[in-house]
Amino acid sequence: MTINNNGMFVRATPLLFGALFVIGLVAPFAVYPTFLMKILCFGLFACAFNLLLGFAGLLSFGHAAFLGTAGYICGMLVRDLGVTPEVGILGGTLAAAILGWVFGVLAIRRSGIYFAMITLALAQMVFFFALQWKATGGEDGLQGVPRGHLFGLIDLSNNIAMYYLVFAVFCVGFFIIHRTIHSPFGQILKAIRENEPRAVSLGYDVAKYKLLAFVLSAALAGMAGATKTLVFQLASLTDVHWHMSGEVVLMTLLGGLGTILGPLVGAGVIVSLQSELADKVGSWVTVIMGVIFVLCVLLFRRGIVGELQALIKRAGIN
Amino acid sequence: MHKKLLTAACTAALALMAGGAQAQISGNVVKVGVLTDMSGTYSDLAGQGTVVATQMAIDDFVAQEKPAFKVEMVSADHQNKADISSNKAREWFEREGVDVATELVTTSTALAVMKVAKEMNRVTLMSGPGSTAITNEQCNDLTVHYTYDTYAMANGTARAVTKQGGKTWFFLTADYAFGHSLEKDSSAVVTASGGKVLGSVRHPFPASDFSSFLLQAQASGAQIIGLANAGADTTNAIKQAAEFGITPKQQLAGLLMFISDVHSLGLKNAQSMYLTTGFYWDLNDETRAWSKRFFDKQKRMPTMVQAGQYSSVLHYLKAVKAAGTDEAQKVMAQMKKTPINDFFAKNGQIRDDGRMVHDMYLVQVKKPEESKYPWDYYHVRQTIPAAEAFQPLSESRCPLVKK
Amino acid sequence: MEIFGVPSALFGSQLLIGLINGSFYAILSLGLAIIFGLLNIINFAHGAQYMMGAFVAWIALTKFGVNYWAALLLSPLLVGALGVLLERTMLRKLYKLDHLYGLLLTFGLALIFEGIFRDQYGISGQSYEVPELLQGGVNLGFMFMPIYRGWVVVAALAVCFGTWFMIEKTKLGAYLRAGTENPQIVQALGINVPLLITFTYGYGVALAAFAGVLAAPVYQVNPQMGSNLIIVVFAVVVIGGMGSIMGSILTGLGLGLIEGLTRVFYPPASAVVVFFIMVIVLLVRPAGLFGKTA
Repeated sequence: MTINNNGMFVRATPLLFGALFVIGLVAPFAVYPTFLMKILCFGLFACAFNLLLGFAGLLSFGHAAFLGTAGYICGMLVRDLGVTPEVGILGGTLAAAILGWVFGVLAIRRSGIYFAMITLALAQMVFFFALQWKATGGEDGLQGVPRGHLFGLIDLSNNIAMYYLVFAVFCVGFFIIHRTIHSPFGQILKAIRENEPRAVSLGYDVAKYKLLAFVLSAALAGMAGATKTLVFQLASLTDVHWHMSGEVVLMTLLGGLGTILGPLVGAGVIVSLQSELADKVGSWVTVIMGVIFVLCVLLFRRGIVGELQALIKRAGIN
Repeated sequence: MHKKLLTAACTAALALMAGGAQAQISGNVVKVGVLTDMSGTYSDLAGQGTVVATQMAIDDFVAQEKPAFKVEMVSADHQNKADISSNKAREWFEREGVDVATELVTTSTALAVMKVAKEMNRVTLMSGPGSTAITNEQCNDLTVHYTYDTYAMANGTARAVTKQGGKTWFFLTADYAFGHSLEKDSSAVVTASGGKVLGSVRHPFPASDFSSFLLQAQASGAQIIGLANAGADTTNAIKQAAEFGITPKQQLAGLLMFISDVHSLGLKNAQSMYLTTGFYWDLNDETRAWSKRFFDKQKRMPTMVQAGQYSSVLHYLKAVKAAGTDEAQKVMAQMKKTPINDFFAKNGQIRDDGRMVHDMYLVQVKKPEESKYPWDYYHVRQTIPAAEAFQPLSESRCPLVKK
Repeated sequence: MEIFGVPSALFGSQLLIGLINGSFYAILSLGLAIIFGLLNIINFAHGAQYMMGAFVAWIALTKFGVNYWAALLLSPLLVGALGVLLERTMLRKLYKLDHLYGLLLTFGLALIFEGIFRDQYGISGQSYEVPELLQGGVNLGFMFMPIYRGWVVVAALAVCFGTWFMIEKTKLGAYLRAGTENPQIVQALGINVPLLITFTYGYGVALAAFAGVLAAPVYQVNPQMGSNLIIVVFAVVVIGGMGSIMGSILTGLGLGLIEGLTRVFYPPASAVVVFFIMVIVLLVRPAGLFGKTA
């Protein structure tokens, strides 16, 4: 996929990251913590998705499967087996990684649009499974997941404590993504995205790299899903529905495909919109989402962060 | 000097306390939150109509009872997402001083919100959701499940139809927990009433083509085909049953249907079906009067969910006034103590498990030629007394019920 | 007589029903394949356009008294015209970009269409009567066959094979195929390729709308009728491989049959059987049954 390109790549300085980190630390005292946690969870989800689309050029239309599966697994582990929250998150992440491997093996046999449709179809199978399996609670969802005590010590029913856990999880995920992009592995992914035949001719096992990227992205999406389950104390069919797969594409696209901060910004905007619009426009929410989608694709494909970077760059040149 | 100050302080304190008797209502405002599905699958049977009904309840309450406090309403679209609804409810309780969360169609959103409300000591009134889990495994002391539940619906229809001679049944069941429980509850009733269940087939959810499942039902030779599904699945199945000539030779029984479904199907497709409802607009003068008012605002006749929403909000507001406080436990005690008597329910009673029990009605859908005016859809065949309509307390799995 | 423990009457009727559903799959996957062939875009709005086809028929009947037969022509024309408009104003801008943007754009459009219809007509949907001429049914001995369902198969197959004929055997079709292979050369030969593209998209959309009108009397006309169907059709397309017109028609029909049989032998799997077959096909023949290796 020809996504904004090399120059556009975020050269986010350590200073910017440092400032954001500090903002992240103090934010829960200024803004409603549950709302922030939701943004961070979806932000991580979108970042994981962006790793695949923005840097490896693979459009998955089935990422909800990883978010949802990890959420269910984490919920079952914590609620029914009584494990501590960190084990729940790890368990969910692992489940998503395994599922990601299965999806990946099947989907990377085709590329482009076929890849998107295959992931969509596979995710639909996961949806039906979640709907019919008794343990997921079907349409009622998996309810009443306790937040529990982190490491058996820190009580997470306190919103602020929970927030810092979510923030930590986000930072870990974000760090992994950042490292991946700037590692030799990330460079090879970009090479594959730009020119697959050339990468093949250079002797790279393209399929293996794609698969690895897919599994990594799935695992991180799972991490977001598992954490989200703890925050809201529930996992439901919404998280495995294909609308969710569409939503994460929208977040990434709106924020800026292939930029490192874009997905977080996109998630922030969409989550805020959904919560604001819920009171005001009633039934028009989907229409508005659709309009944003269309506008993004037609008018600003670089997304919010991408456009900002372009603006800064232009200002720098002049 | 000091003395003066002290007296002043004392007087002020006394004045506050005196006012307090009435000002136990936080901010002197009672805020009703309506969380519903404005845009999804359930927006016709609940949705905007429940917002309209809530506003009517508030206006009527203010006009009739002239309370000393103000009543306000906020509403939001939960989009059928449990996380959005629990988030919204939490925000309402924490930041906007909402006293009561209402409506909550879709069980997953309902279960999520009732937990948040309990945690924050607020009342939840549910008109839209159907799951019996609300008053069983998941029950709590601050939730009222008001209008109907799947047990009452399935139970009422299955029992009445079996007793009227529909002895052999075949179920068409949506293949997920909700469908399974509808099938299970109704099968038990059919057997207990002297009928026989010949079999069942589970169809994927959602499905659009039911013909192959219907043919299996037809091949079973059962007199009654029970539809253990909801919404578009039910309406599509009914339509296709007529198409394949299955009805009227075999009869359909809708285990969870609303007047909005009948309206969208049209009488030609839905005729002669049996179903259970908690409310029908054309029952008597009182229901007609209220429903006409509703119709003027919404251009549709109310579903039982919308009528129940009005009744539950009014009952809550009256309890707040009587108790002189909006503190959840006290209001709830008042609500449970007072029987409900309005156009919706006669001698309705809120039980310990949170179930509001009231009479239900077994109705049969009219034939097109029997319908005399718009929305003239039902023959009321039987009133199912409150005591029989709902799951008996003795079978309750709610820990709050003392046995 | 029984086949694998299922009475043969039931078996026969399920095959027939499978064929009916297969006709819908065929006509929808055909539309997708045509659009994909020339535009390289997966039309995510296909389901929404199918829904609009049904709604236009319903609106035409209830508001303007236009009967079924007229709607069968009118609705594809109107919805197809909307398709032409969309192609001219939006899709056109994306041809130079990655194909995935087309998918994303049409996804957004699908959300908008669905949202608008839901807001206007509610979610429960509307009933559309079977036209008088096709009411009733015939007893085939092993089943009661509604005449309308028979008509659906006939009409769908006629349109599918007509389209196949037009593309494979006529001059217009030759341009179309050539345009798919190498647009520059075709353009150089003096053929208006952009117009060809616009027309193709419009035709693909019209096919979806046609399927929608066919479906209206069978299913409840509701704003979400297309959104779940379309994902199954995507899987059908992956299985078939979109390489050939005939391929997508045959795959659609075949999968309808297989799905029908699953409903008798193991109903719980009927929702996923198509996806399951897709997985197997991908493992054995990654390019799809009729696909060129790509």
